[in-house]
Amino acid sequence: MAGMVELTGQTLAAALSGLEQGAFSSVELTQAHLTAIEQLNPRLNAFITVTGEQALESARASDASRARGDAGPLSGVPVAIKDLFCTEGVRTTAASRILKNFVPPYESTVTAQMKRDGAVFLGKTNLDEFAMGSSNMTSAFGAVENPWKRTGDETALVPGGSSGGSASAVAARLALGATGTDTGGSIRQPAAFCGIVGIKPTYGRCSRWGTVAFASSLDQAGPMARTVEDCAILLRSMAGFDVKDSTSVDRPVPDYRAAIGRSLKGMRIGIPAEYRAPGMSQEIEALWQQGIAWLRDAGCEIVDVSLPHTRYGLATYYIVAPAECSSNLARYDGVRFGERVEADSLDMLYERSRAAGFGDEVKRRILIGTYVLSSGYYDAYYLKAQKVRGLLLRDFTEAFTRVDALLTPTAPSAAFALGEKMNDPVTMYLNDIFTVPASMAGVPGLSVPVGLDAKGLPLGLQLLGRPFDEELLFALGSALEKAAAFTHLPAVRAGVGS
Amino acid sequence: MSYLIEGNTGPWELVVGLEVHAQVVSHAKLFSGASATYGGEPNTHVSLVDAAFPGMLPVINEVCVAQAVRTGLGLKAHVNLVSTFDRKNYFYADLPAGYQISQFSHPIVGAGTIEIELTDGSRRTIGVTRLHLEQDAGKSLHDQDPSRSYIDLNRAGVALMEIVSEPDMRSPEEAGAYVRKLRTILRYLGTCDGNMEEGSLRADVNVSVRKAGEPFRTRCEIKNVNSIRFVTQAVEVEARRQIAVWESGGVVDQETRLFDPHRGETRSMRSKEDAHDYRYFPDPDLLPLVLDEAWVAALKADLPELPDAKRARFVRDYGIPDYDASVLVAEQATAAFYETVAKGRDARLAANWVIGDLFAALNRTGRTIADSPVTAGNLGEMLDLMLDGTINGRIAKDVFETMVQTGEAAGSIVERQGLRQVVDTGAIDAAIETVLDANADKLAEFRSGKDKLFVFFVGQTMKAMKGKGNPALVNERLRQRLLAD
Amino acid sequence: MSLDAATIRRIARLARLGIEETDIARLQGELGHIIGWIEQLSELDVDGLEPISGVGQAALRMRADAVTDGDKVEAVLSNAPSRAGSFYSVPKVVE
Repeated sequence: MAGMVELTGQTLAAALSGLEQGAFSSVELTQAHLTAIEQLNPRLNAFITVTGEQALESARASDASRARGDAGPLSGVPVAIKDLFCTEGVRTTAASRILKNFVPPYESTVTAQMKRDGAVFLGKTNLDEFAMGSSNMTSAFGAVENPWKRTGDETALVPGGSSGGSASAVAARLALGATGTDTGGSIRQPAAFCGIVGIKPTYGRCSRWGTVAFASSLDQAGPMARTVEDCAILLRSMAGFDVKDSTSVDRPVPDYRAAIGRSLKGMRIGIPAEYRAPGMSQEIEALWQQGIAWLRDAGCEIVDVSLPHTRYGLATYYIVAPAECSSNLARYDGVRFGERVEADSLDMLYERSRAAGFGDEVKRRILIGTYVLSSGYYDAYYLKAQKVRGLLLRDFTEAFTRVDALLTPTAPSAAFALGEKMNDPVTMYLNDIFTVPASMAGVPGLSVPVGLDAKGLPLGLQLLGRPFDEELLFALGSALEKAAAFTHLPAVRAGVGS
Repeated sequence: MSYLIEGNTGPWELVVGLEVHAQVVSHAKLFSGASATYGGEPNTHVSLVDAAFPGMLPVINEVCVAQAVRTGLGLKAHVNLVSTFDRKNYFYADLPAGYQISQFSHPIVGAGTIEIELTDGSRRTIGVTRLHLEQDAGKSLHDQDPSRSYIDLNRAGVALMEIVSEPDMRSPEEAGAYVRKLRTILRYLGTCDGNMEEGSLRADVNVSVRKAGEPFRTRCEIKNVNSIRFVTQAVEVEARRQIAVWESGGVVDQETRLFDPHRGETRSMRSKEDAHDYRYFPDPDLLPLVLDEAWVAALKADLPELPDAKRARFVRDYGIPDYDASVLVAEQATAAFYETVAKGRDARLAANWVIGDLFAALNRTGRTIADSPVTAGNLGEMLDLMLDGTINGRIAKDVFETMVQTGEAAGSIVERQGLRQVVDTGAIDAAIETVLDANADKLAEFRSGKDKLFVFFVGQTMKAMKGKGNPALVNERLRQRLLAD
Repeated sequence: MSLDAATIRRIARLARLGIEETDIARLQGELGHIIGWIEQLSELDVDGLEPISGVGQAALRMRADAVTDGDKVEAVLSNAPSRAGSFYSVPKVVE
């Protein structure tokens, strides 16, 4: 039997083969991850809730069904679930005090499909409160530590956000893969910060049913894993039409894994001039050029394109997302579920419960959203943002008449230290400058780790594609992954650094 | 004749507009699969969507959409093939999500009209501004505990149609007639049961007053008026209140008020205003509602005959007076009853019996046309017996009364009680002889020229025949007998 | 840019977020800064453009009118902070 480090260090695809070949059981695989979590989670704080007993139980069930010759596409694979997906009978907090004791009597569509396919859930991962943040520092359950370290520097770094717990867990080998959600970059940016792969699928590809909403017109679930192929395997289970979500799109889910390795000859890749952020490091620029060269080597044609409204993406996002969140979070009022602070009047009960239940960043966004929708300001802010959103969408639509995909950096910097960028919300918001436009347009985006900066921290490149062309992103991402041969390991990982 | 209220400073005109909330007839709720049925144990007709649990999403009910479209077509209104849903944001105990899904900027139905009938026989056309779909709220119970309110979400999410009129009404009567007519149309269409007691139909009444020729003055909205009588009362008392305010030099504030039927007054709900700012915006969980033209056309082709058309047809085909036709079409069941009776018979006679004797009997027995003891078939049979001379009009009244009491068919009553009209001249002559013998003095007076006594002998003969004599034959035989001498 | 204190109080009240008087100055600064930054959109001329509220497909799907849900009082109430029998319970609401 393989040791813990071998079991946790392999890819999800390799683990599936190992299970298939009987090299180890799901119980062994799951136990190895639970042991790693036990060792490292007190430090990393990647999980809010660990469901060890249930995990072992489903591992046993998975081993039994595999023995019967009845294995699903994810049978026996231990994964982590962002604590934004409602899981039946398992506390779901959205990393907020207001939901700290919420136990949903239902299972989100995405996690239900993964269960259907045999996945083993290790527990619920930490995140920015209600997925609002880019550092995982807004969690009511404490910050998450990025397993990566600057060379020769023990300073704790952020894993990015909001899916920071998932990213940290996958990077530190506490799970073979994880679910994330991405509203403005919440899968791609933490994937880049933690040196793993993450994809935000096309809006409508994964059902939003049963996932705690942040901004409904932007929220989209997606997988995070250590390889492009692992993400492809996970997305096939997560994606699919759901009649319970009116924005879910009814089209078949392809075998994403099969797209990996296909010929990229003649693919036209756009390089948008506007993704050169002021003050962006020379290293990121250099890595971008390297990525361009790799894709050219793979047979792609490189085309300069313009997405002229890119610079307005963030400001637009910070109108649309808070507006939707201010309304989506009105249901947390202490009446039907969630924490309540008793009071003599209903209004005081609302005000106190919400004041005590929400953290500062969530409150800021609720207040901004309330302001931009309020009488007298709607046209100037919200309506205007909707129109600019149309321009952002048009930028992509026009670019995709000339090219098949776009290549950009994922984030303007590598991971920063816990506590940095906290005094000014706007500086924090700038983290999402490259990821937000695709969210606003609903197009898919994949982040692949391609190298390290001078301090030894991972950097990612982002591939953006046409709606529902995730297959091309997997093919391109895999080509970059192969060329980059990214084999660096984080300082903190299963068996190391506890 | 315009309705005016005489104030100290001269006559005032009323301006009234109505927002009617009509609960859609459907099995399930607008955006969830929970039952839309009225009542039920608390929180049983509730899904996690209705209770706004995290991650729950709305999916629209096709029948609710169809009902709104059918109602729009029934109001001769423009159906918008593209409409959208917005969120109306506010906090309230019985509003679980903290917002109501409604249609603010692009409603499913645009402008239409409703023709109202007034007691003086005149008609007026009232403009309908729009109709939109929205969710009902839950219910707060305040009388279960001294310090707590209890929340039941059974009604939360049930589909409502909000039907907004133009400010076209000018009197309390017109406001009442509008609600009555709208309710009739909704019931014909089967899109709302119109039950105001259960709250499936309720009206917000907008009232203002002005001097002739003036533009509109400030209006007040009287919320949730739940009977037609209260609508007319509320309009009148609110108009008088506003006139008093204006005439005392004050200013009417635009506000929401409540009608208190016990005290016969409206009072301010200012405490509830609290700087409402609903922050409407398009619901990102829902896409635009796009209707297929052919689908709308199919709904249109399937509409029942509506009251205005039916009234016109009754006047045209049955030759009955317009007023009678209006009365008969007010309820679909009455119209159907009437048609069953009238078809192939004397339609005017049928109308008289339905509107006169039948309505009186229903009133007296507290029944409705649906559970009338006299079926349309039985009433028709009775008319047939009258027309073929089996019974006379006098006997018909008795037969009808028996039908009301027992539900028996006319023919069997006539046979059982031997009420068949007597046309045997021998029997009539025998009765005449008996009467003349018994009234020799009257006969003498008649003979001496008191012609008027002829009627007396007719009456006496009918009486002797227990009312069953054929009146024409009795007259004829009596005349022959008296003049023959 | 700074939002005035009355505006902060008004939107906090609309959002039913209890805020301390001592928080107002901080919020004025923070929110004012964010709003000021958002103002960059004023550079763009968007006259005549169609607003879009989402990027999904064009039209809503409709479901059949069937009762498929409900009758789950315990699920509905299991997370309630305060209940009275089958009702949710809140401080008395004065109508």
